[in-house]
Amino acid sequence: MTIQEKQDIIIEEFSVFDDWFDKYALIIEYANKLKPLDETKKTPQNIIEGCQSRVWIDASINEKGQVVFVGDSDAIIVRGILALLLYVLSEHTPQEIIESELYFIEKIGLKEHLSPTRSNGLVAMMKQLKLYSIAFSSKKG
Amino acid sequence: MSINNQLIRQDFPILLDKIYNKPLVYFDNAATTQKPMCVIDRIVHGYTHGNANIHRGVHFLSQKATEEHENARTTVQHFIHAARSSEIIFTRGTTESINLVAFSFGETFCQPGDEIIISAIEHHANIVPWQMLKDRKGIVLKVIPMLPDGTLDMPAFSKLLNNKTKLVAVTHVSNVLGTINPIQEIIQLAHNSNVPVLIDGAQAVPHIAIDVQQLDVDFYVFSAHKVYGPTGIGVLYGKEEWLNKMQPYQGGGEMIAKVTFEKTTYNELPFKFEAGTPDYIGSTALATALEYIQQIGLNAIATYENDLLQYATAKLLQVPGLKIYGEASHKSSVISFLVQGIHHYDMGTLLDKLGIAVRTGHHCAQPIMDYYGIEGTVRASFAFYNTKEEVDKLIEGVNRVVSMFKI
Repeated sequence: MTIQEKQDIIIEEFSVFDDWFDKYALIIEYANKLKPLDETKKTPQNIIEGCQSRVWIDASINEKGQVVFVGDSDAIIVRGILALLLYVLSEHTPQEIIESELYFIEKIGLKEHLSPTRSNGLVAMMKQLKLYSIAFSSKKG
Repeated sequence: MSINNQLIRQDFPILLDKIYNKPLVYFDNAATTQKPMCVIDRIVHGYTHGNANIHRGVHFLSQKATEEHENARTTVQHFIHAARSSEIIFTRGTTESINLVAFSFGETFCQPGDEIIISAIEHHANIVPWQMLKDRKGIVLKVIPMLPDGTLDMPAFSKLLNNKTKLVAVTHVSNVLGTINPIQEIIQLAHNSNVPVLIDGAQAVPHIAIDVQQLDVDFYVFSAHKVYGPTGIGVLYGKEEWLNKMQPYQGGGEMIAKVTFEKTTYNELPFKFEAGTPDYIGSTALATALEYIQQIGLNAIATYENDLLQYATAKLLQVPGLKIYGEASHKSSVISFLVQGIHHYDMGTLLDKLGIAVRTGHHCAQPIMDYYGIEGTVRASFAFYNTKEEVDKLIEGVNRVVSMFKI
């Protein structure tokens, strides 16, 4: 599945809910499904510090040359959004990730979490995912 | 006089707004208060019919604007019972007022090794300016420790005072814990050692009647926007004897008596500390806000808000796993809390979706968070326009979030 196809699946899944609480219940469900990050990976190097919550992201390359992301957050909602992001971007080549356009967060009505006033590190988090990919792609090159 | 809540709510247009199609429950009053129509009208009137730059103007509008600005100063003077209107300096807010004192008092009176005492429950606005003074002048910052209930360790404070102490700067009310500090006692103890005191009144002025002469406080500072007035204007009250000795904070127009390229002599109080065009529309709107709450009565407000605080505290404590931070017996209408296992960001985000506005995070008071070993709290803060029905909605919302996390 392409990054775009994955995003469209999420948008579809969220589109059935009108009530905000139901949307968030689904995000929490995603958060609970995300494999907890190994404590040893919660290093200062992997942390993205926000004003409101903390996010950890680690990345590696699999045998197919795809980037595999793992991550966690201390806030469940941020963790849920992170789970969605990791689902969308993980197991794609660095090039695919770098070129990807992430539109699903806005489409499912979670744009507020990206605003700088929320300072929850989500914007930094998305940047970080691409930075990892750029690093891997330059290593390969 | 008691509070007629339904009547009062009609004075605040924003309270009728809906958020996500739900009636707004505004519990972020410690961050800023909503504005009554009379304050909004005053701003509109000011720009519509009263706008001209104040002081020095010979024309009618300028004189009228000057008079209204100076009348506003007198209103503030009477509101906090200052002896003279020249002791009221208009600033941009509490933060600027503290920075002004930290600079002007610090430059005039502080030498390397001198000590300034603050407390463990200060807002960053009453920490950072003193740290900057420390870097500039080599002063030493001493901190009154806090106790688990959110009150200050008063015996420890007494021990901190010594002949190197130049100033005590503490908050009247904690913006996180609601603790009302025993400022009368703090001022008394400091004065016994001949040390002046600055009180950060940002969280107190909307809730407690202030009499600076009775308190015998040397500096008292607050913001208009937290007391139902406009943003961008605030007050520094300072005793004349201190303000006269202190060097100016900023240079520019208005604050001078005579300027040549060789030397400038400064204007008298309060203008010495008011460089540039002041917010003369904001000052009059602040005066309107103060008159408005005086009409309702600060004692009635305090009684009503305390009743709400007690009601909300009792109800919140019934929520399983909920802990309240700040349990001083003498407390303002602020409740910081956390529910076990639920991040403050999650609680705040979900309450928001129910139309309930609370604040989450460290509330610009990270040392308090460090003391409790937490990252942040959820904070609900009440004003006299809030109701028990709204508190019920908060409790219902919290319970809904809690049950969501149990699944």
